[in-house]
Amino acid sequence: MVWFRKKKVSSTDPNDRSLKVPEGLWVKCANCGEIIYKKEVERNLNVCPKCDYHFRISARSRLAVILDEGSFIEHDEGLIASDPLEFKDLKKYKERLKSSQKKTGLSDAFVSGVGAIDSKKVSIGVFEFAFMGGSMGAVVGEKITRVLERGAEAGIPALVISSSGGARMQEGIHSLMQMAKTSAAIARLRELGVPYISILTDPTTGGVTASFAMLGDIIIAEPRALIGFAGPRVIEQTIGEKLPEGFQRAEYLLEHGMIDMIVDRKTMKRTLSRVISMLSGT
Amino acid sequence: MTNKHPLDFEKPLVEIEKKIEDIKNSMPDGAPATDELKKLRRKAAKVKKDIFAKLTPYQVTQVARHRDRPYALDYIEAVFDDFVELHGDRLFGDDPAIVGGLARLDGEPVMVIGQQKGRTTKEKLFRNFGMPNPEGYRKALRLMHLAERSKIPVITLIDTPGAYPGIGAEERGQAEAIARNLREMAVLNTPIVSVVIGEGGSGGALALGVADRVMMLTYSTYSVISPEGCAAILYKDAAKADVAAKALKITAPDLAEMGFVDAVIEEPMGGAHTDPDKAARNLKASVLEALADIRTDSLGIVKNRYEKFRKLGSFAEDAE
Repeated sequence: MVWFRKKKVSSTDPNDRSLKVPEGLWVKCANCGEIIYKKEVERNLNVCPKCDYHFRISARSRLAVILDEGSFIEHDEGLIASDPLEFKDLKKYKERLKSSQKKTGLSDAFVSGVGAIDSKKVSIGVFEFAFMGGSMGAVVGEKITRVLERGAEAGIPALVISSSGGARMQEGIHSLMQMAKTSAAIARLRELGVPYISILTDPTTGGVTASFAMLGDIIIAEPRALIGFAGPRVIEQTIGEKLPEGFQRAEYLLEHGMIDMIVDRKTMKRTLSRVISMLSGT
Repeated sequence: MTNKHPLDFEKPLVEIEKKIEDIKNSMPDGAPATDELKKLRRKAAKVKKDIFAKLTPYQVTQVARHRDRPYALDYIEAVFDDFVELHGDRLFGDDPAIVGGLARLDGEPVMVIGQQKGRTTKEKLFRNFGMPNPEGYRKALRLMHLAERSKIPVITLIDTPGAYPGIGAEERGQAEAIARNLREMAVLNTPIVSVVIGEGGSGGALALGVADRVMMLTYSTYSVISPEGCAAILYKDAAKADVAAKALKITAPDLAEMGFVDAVIEEPMGGAHTDPDKAARNLKASVLEALADIRTDSLGIVKNRYEKFRKLGSFAEDAE
């Protein structure tokens, strides 16, 4: 027999004083756990004012942070995944595409075009992590290749902002070969002497890291971004031990000579502007 | 030739082969084959053919990973002459999971590079199960650049579960090493022929695979992720590897049909390990043919190779 029974507090109980976060008004920082007024985070370019954690943001928000207002002209919006393997796991690939399209308003995980940074023209592309984890299928690979080719043709710097779990398994070999295709396009850009800047944000892993993302003439990462070839879980399973603190974070890569610098969102545009300016000899 | 380590699906064959062995052992040496023996042999051949004619993609994966399957050094020994192994990336170390060096193919000098697995436990550990570290890819690239300067072709033999996912590998830039190989192979000004001889495991395989001709042995696989990995992530059940293997389309005939592989090199029925000499002869003939073919490319090697990879991957495009 139970003498004391803890009264269960139903979540609809009006006297429930446990912390409630009204939908959309407050956000919890994924890093420090602080509950912050959403407007304040947004004003701060989606960077936690308490711990400087850089929230994952949409492709369009990234473009807004980096490009001159109204300068962006989108290209290749018409590219759509064709489901070449007619892939089905627990869900049909076609359905996964549809729900991601609905969620993000994008046709695939990448937005690209031309724009200007302090009036300097650039060919630019940005990953949308909310679209199937920013995975790279044939559409994403083609769009990246075209970003690089547009840079080559116009002689303007090419920029790719990555945020991706890697290759899109649902496209099998079609996705794997995007690694070769994009890397080959970079080889051509280099021969022309046109700069290519790679910006790595949280997270950048797998086949994206192992191709164009690590091939920047200049590689810039956002603070604390997870960047690696294999995901931390895969490594832990393989070696059977816990990974050291800070492993595969931007700071770790900087220390190991893999990236040029860590730049926070607030100074990203200015940094890009300075770098592009000097690389073009002005 | 008998199969020392039969796979599960080869059981019907094993039983017949055992009967054949028993009869042979009961007969005096040099005695002519009895009718029964002849009949059993015909039956064995038929059963084998039936099994191998309709292997599932996951069964092909098992043949590709077979413990007795010829590895890169076996082919180097059988196909090439005068192999001079070269070591080290000149930066950090020498990776035994990738072997490479100068060799002669039908008298002509070439650079041959391959991922190497081990057969005994000790060898497996030494070769890191064929999973290269960054220094392996960097050694491979160093040798490819040497081949370019020496104007000799590059032949790569691909056989890896994938690039090694370890702390040191990440620390030393596994992703960068693979990426750099992809970029540099795309513009390497000398013929490159790649053959997938076993497992073509994702980016770690592709890092030796940006070639003018990409060929696969019949029972080899080439995939963006292992069937087990795909099953665990997408099907939430690692036991669904057979389903994932089928869905991913990782076999040589499938990949050739989709245009990702230029030729399928015929492997002996039952797998390369049942007749390694024949597998090696076929591989040699195909590589020689590919090299001759590349030399006739009119547009120039690098331009053709770029066009080849530029086209890969299907998507749809609406008019804007």
